[in-house]
Amino acid sequence: MSINKILRNIYFPVSFILLSGCDTVVMSPSGDIAAQQANLLVWATGLMLIIVVPVIFFILLFAWRYRAGNKEAIYEPDWDHSTSLELLIWAAPLAIVIALGALTWVSTHKLDPYRPLDRIAENRPIPEGVETLVVEVVAMDWKWLFFYPEYGIAVVNQLAAPVDRPIKFKITSTTMMNSFFIPALAGQIYAMGGMETKLHAVINEAGNYDGFSANYSGKGFNGMRFKFIGMPEDSFDEWLVKVKTDGKTLSRSVYKELAKPSEYNPVQYYSAVEPELYESILNRCVEPGTPCMKDWMTHHKGDHSTSAGAIIEGKTSHDH
Amino acid sequence: MIEQFDLSKLVFGRLTWDAIPLHDPILVATFALVMIGGGTLVTALTYYKVWGYLWREWITSIDHKRIGVMYMILGFVMLMRGFSDAILMRVHQAFAFGDSAGFLPPDHYDQIFTAHGVIMIFFVAMPFVVGLMNYIVPLQIGARDVAFPFLNNLSFWMTAAGAGLVMVSLFIGQFAKTGWLAYPPLSGILQSPGVGVDYYIWALQIAGVGTLLSGINLMVTIVKMRAPGMNMMKMPVFVWTSLCANVLIVAAFPVLTAVMGMLTLDRYLDMNFFTNDLGGNAMMYVNLIWIWGHPEVYILILPLFGVFSEIVATYSRKRLFGYSSMIYATVVITVLAYMVWLHHFFTMGSGATVNSFFGIATMIISIPTGAKLFNWLFTMYRGRIQFDVPMLWTIGFMITFIIGGMTGVLLAVPPVDFVLHNSLFLIAHFHNVIIGGVVFGTFAAVTYWYPKVTGYRLDPFWGKASFWCWFTGFYLAFMPLYLLGFMGVTRRMSYFDDPSLQIWFQVALCGALLIALGILCFIIQLYVSYKNRDALSDKTGDPWNGRTLEWSTSSPPPQYNFAFTPRVYDIDAWWHMKANGFVRPTDGFMPIHMPKNTAAGIVLAVISGVFGFAMIWHMWLVAGLAFVALLAAIIIHTFNYNREYYIPVEEVEKAETKFLEKQVDLADTRFAANKTEVIV
Amino acid sequence: MANSIVMPVAHPVKFEFLVREKEHVANGTLLGFWLYLMSDCLIFAALFATYGVLSQSYAGGPTGADLFDLPLVALNTSFLLVSSITYGFAMLQMQQGKLSGTMLWLGITGVLGVAFLGLEIYEFYHLIQLGAGPQTSGFLSAFFALVGTHGLHVVFGILWLVVLLVQLRMYGLTGANRRRLFCLSMFWHFLDVVWIGVFTIVYLMGSMS
Repeated sequence: MSINKILRNIYFPVSFILLSGCDTVVMSPSGDIAAQQANLLVWATGLMLIIVVPVIFFILLFAWRYRAGNKEAIYEPDWDHSTSLELLIWAAPLAIVIALGALTWVSTHKLDPYRPLDRIAENRPIPEGVETLVVEVVAMDWKWLFFYPEYGIAVVNQLAAPVDRPIKFKITSTTMMNSFFIPALAGQIYAMGGMETKLHAVINEAGNYDGFSANYSGKGFNGMRFKFIGMPEDSFDEWLVKVKTDGKTLSRSVYKELAKPSEYNPVQYYSAVEPELYESILNRCVEPGTPCMKDWMTHHKGDHSTSAGAIIEGKTSHDH
Repeated sequence: MIEQFDLSKLVFGRLTWDAIPLHDPILVATFALVMIGGGTLVTALTYYKVWGYLWREWITSIDHKRIGVMYMILGFVMLMRGFSDAILMRVHQAFAFGDSAGFLPPDHYDQIFTAHGVIMIFFVAMPFVVGLMNYIVPLQIGARDVAFPFLNNLSFWMTAAGAGLVMVSLFIGQFAKTGWLAYPPLSGILQSPGVGVDYYIWALQIAGVGTLLSGINLMVTIVKMRAPGMNMMKMPVFVWTSLCANVLIVAAFPVLTAVMGMLTLDRYLDMNFFTNDLGGNAMMYVNLIWIWGHPEVYILILPLFGVFSEIVATYSRKRLFGYSSMIYATVVITVLAYMVWLHHFFTMGSGATVNSFFGIATMIISIPTGAKLFNWLFTMYRGRIQFDVPMLWTIGFMITFIIGGMTGVLLAVPPVDFVLHNSLFLIAHFHNVIIGGVVFGTFAAVTYWYPKVTGYRLDPFWGKASFWCWFTGFYLAFMPLYLLGFMGVTRRMSYFDDPSLQIWFQVALCGALLIALGILCFIIQLYVSYKNRDALSDKTGDPWNGRTLEWSTSSPPPQYNFAFTPRVYDIDAWWHMKANGFVRPTDGFMPIHMPKNTAAGIVLAVISGVFGFAMIWHMWLVAGLAFVALLAAIIIHTFNYNREYYIPVEEVEKAETKFLEKQVDLADTRFAANKTEVIV
Repeated sequence: MANSIVMPVAHPVKFEFLVREKEHVANGTLLGFWLYLMSDCLIFAALFATYGVLSQSYAGGPTGADLFDLPLVALNTSFLLVSSITYGFAMLQMQQGKLSGTMLWLGITGVLGVAFLGLEIYEFYHLIQLGAGPQTSGFLSAFFALVGTHGLHVVFGILWLVVLLVQLRMYGLTGANRRRLFCLSMFWHFLDVVWIGVFTIVYLMGSMS
């Protein structure tokens, strides 16, 4: 167990890897939320290394110094207690955890995906008159469908957004639990059937970024990837025009075809979208005749009797 | 419409000849190998007329030592299977780029990563941990066996039956393709109508019964059967950590039973616990499964923490630093283990306050864990450390685990988790702590206690070879994964279109191959040690100048463990005995009350296995009959009131005298310095 | 504190390191069974929690107020509660060493248990007939699972009771049988306590929805 061997086997490879992590997408993202998260990662790691590095050093030092062959080292076989040392052993990590805990509390609230943005980037508040872009995201088997409700369009497996405009994602799924993740932009959040999660983010640099599902959802999981394109405002307007011209109509029947399981779907534009399609996907009533989830609550209140017939009747009268 | 009464449907359910995967060459080859290997083994056993011996001395044995060894063998066999899955994945992922789709179709790959996780946690790590606790705890507390020896036998065979079901799924039908925790809706009947998830459910339910009973067994053993004078604060640290682990087992496994039960109801009876429609809530599954899942990982690591405490003290030739503080730390970890489960799904959208609470609670666990690490460090301080193989594994553990723990605390910061959840960073983290903690700990424990179990030590050269292969192999295999996580690579992918990632997967493959070499070295070590067992033999029962009571017995111990129950006055009871003139008794032996062997354990487990198989394949008639048979077998067993016997005095005398005669002065003078003397 | 240096021959204190007398290891059956009951309690806790989460998930179907027949449930509850009392009488008889008395009260307990089960099966059948089976909604799945699991425990309890009656007849009030009676007693009262939880949280609170 020589020092050289230890250096070669542990420190150098680890440092090499740690340093080469610097230009990865997680550590060098292009969206403000992701950038704050990367920053937090660095701080948290730094706080912990305060303990970890000395401890590893001491493990190796003690192992070396107190090896049986070293007769010069002091040997105290019955020394097994030291109150001051115990205090240090418990207090030092506690101090780090308090610091880390405070950092956690503050940053978790600040970077809550549900929280609307209060800035475009560091030292850059949201300018006057900038509207949030709303995108409705549906995770399907095994592709992504993006609705732009303000523009009445939809796209499969491609997402575009203007640089420096806050984006609000509303996310759901048709079947499996997926996870909506664009590492360059922001953290991920699960996409679940019958439920809507939200993510607020902003892209600060134009570019082509990878987006994908980060929760395994079955056979076509590999292909459940899309490109997220950040572009300047005017390019974004051009893109909207392109979708409007090239796209088909996303009617209910077209949607039902789309909803059938498929993998590696190519990019598909829809220039017109059936009204309320996203709401019916979210409430699981795309199929005509199925009750919408949101209607279960309202319909049920104050509308029941205890006889058997009324119960069955009450159920069927919820049909739309 | 009158339905045709189809007898074959009633008997065979959905089991048809199509269930045998003849189209898959890898499986066909594996099956051939298993048949050849298994056939050879069975033939050899028959030829050497060993079945009677196996039945009497092992299969029906209620001796905690025998059962402990069987658990270890089960764990090791399943390690081979689980590790094969790992190698398959590493090889596939090293090549599945660009034009190459890899050699495993997604259908097959998805079963492999699911099986890998299920097998490693339930059928490798759990058996190792339960096996160690089973063998060592009664010896360390001065008891003759566990509190419920028959239940102990049943627990083992139920675990083995669960493992059996998983293995059968290789050749009949398929395994789940959902990941090791089988989240719905993917694991629901609509998305996974096949038998895979059903194999998963029934394997876990059957093994879960075994584990739960084992947890109860060991808790009662530790609470009720300690030697006189051994109050709680004089128990060895390994016994404390075992107690806490078993508390967690009893507190956590019922939740697994309940949630698997609900998934079963969803799948078999069309209910709506976790469906998207009709009021189900898949998030409930995620919560419940992790309420089990997080304590589970502490169940795995706590006993190994105890092992490290024993090893550090013994090989540093020094009392463990801060015994009380170790105990408090262990108890705090146990309690906190139950309060952090949400950190496994920060990204499910629980809101900032809830996420912060669980994140901070997770960080708090690192304080007592750190305290334990420091205490080991200060046990080494001013000790005289002998770097035998167990100590190597321990140093390897300390370094590796602290890195893994650090990445864990990193993941405990919710916004950081948002970018790293389900990425290869996460994979690297949990392998870091499980391999660094559980695997290294198991090898350390096996090497440490091997002479006690078999009567001879393991060959040190091959042990060191195995360690260095595992240690460097681990870093080579998993450090690239941390990097890949930063590069945005997510888990459970069987194909990548970004060729720049490939080099890292290839490095990881090299690491995995090194680990394979480490396993090979271990197997060679077993063989070489057996060949040289006379040279490596342990005649004193105490090869390492140990501190705890198990070292006071012969190697291996007699069936009854102790001819006389010891009286305890201090922590490190055996060390105290040695230092205060303990004299081994030469007469006055008494007949010893022992439980009888039983076949009920394996019978019940086999019937359970049949029941599980029948339920999987919808063979309702067989399932019904098996269930009735199970009840009948249990009831019949309860009519057996004659479960004990006495070991006669002559036998005790013979065994004790033989041991006394074997006592020679320790030829190994490395431990002679500061060796306390036992007057023989 | 142990000293690692080899001690001089004359020890000032002589430790008695071995138990030379005949010793009797404490029996851990009751503690073990109690621990098993606590684990069972956790299964119920998980089912209660699930019920809590899904208690409003009617999916447009019937609610507790629509379905629960409180008088019937009250009758059921009384059967179960009385059966706990009768089991208590059985235990008192056991403590007095009266085999026939024990078996009598045990039998009555069993009959009450069967009555409880009968009413519960009737209730389930009726609900399914109404179209309010466990497949109908998350709420009903959780209801049937929780109440059904309790009922299943009662089934096993009655089965155990019958077997124990046979064993009492064959071997009388031996030590082993007494321990078994204690265990079944704990099991039975435990089921009673769980039922009180079910009655309150499911039926009473559910009827107010």
